[in-house]
Amino acid sequence: MQPGPTLEIAIDTSNGATILSPKGDVDMARSPVMRKTITDSLQKKPTALVLDLSGVPYMDSSGLATMVEALQNARKGQTPLKLCGLTARVKSILEIARLNTVFTIFDTREQALQG
Amino acid sequence: MSEPFHDPAIHLQILSRPELLAPVRALVNTMAAHEGLDDLAACHLILAMDEALTNVIRHGYDCDPNGRIWIAISTLQEGAGIRVVIEDRARTVDPEALQSRDLEDIRPGGLGMHLMRTLVDRFEHLPRTDGGMRVVLEKRATLRTAESAA
Repeated sequence: MQPGPTLEIAIDTSNGATILSPKGDVDMARSPVMRKTITDSLQKKPTALVLDLSGVPYMDSSGLATMVEALQNARKGQTPLKLCGLTARVKSILEIARLNTVFTIFDTREQALQG
Repeated sequence: MSEPFHDPAIHLQILSRPELLAPVRALVNTMAAHEGLDDLAACHLILAMDEALTNVIRHGYDCDPNGRIWIAISTLQEGAGIRVVIEDRARTVDPEALQSRDLEDIRPGGLGMHLMRTLVDRFEHLPRTDGGMRVVLEKRATLRTAESAA
């Protein structure tokens, strides 16, 4: 768990897909950063948007809301949104919110890019 | 084994600022591990607490960064779990008005109350007699046998 409101997000591309890799907790203080980065990425119309969450040890409901909004916006633009690298904590949070069946989830980034 | 915490172990006063959620989470995470909560149980307590604090900041104080929030963290019994009590002097909110959305209705937001009710063993959300709200969260450690701990 990290102090402070910053959220570092690495942005990579692979064959037209964009991969976002946030590093740190996604909470009320930091989810606006993730929301803006996702919005900016979707506007560029990638072939797919992959959220690699392997660097996210914790996420609260504002983080979940950010991802649900991202999914809705991705569907509007017909961009596949994929999650990968979920930590045990984030996986558990998604399950409790019953969002684990809403998202397309892969174990690894490579699988997400191929799936 | 290190010394057990005394009850009540820690009292905090924080301002209603989102950037203060992370250090409070870190503190409770450390206490939860000390008291024998496993990693997911600690995560669930922290998430419930986070949702309660977020509600106070967002709905109670309307994101005013200078509101006061009091947090008391204590142990239920040695090694048996953690109690977190959150109090504020913000607007009194009718707990019935803060209902979770239908989980089948997939849209952003509306999950906070569902998470708080689901994630802990005891959840209370009541108005304080002299204004503001009081939230009580309790999470018990799962008893581990020597075999399962090995």
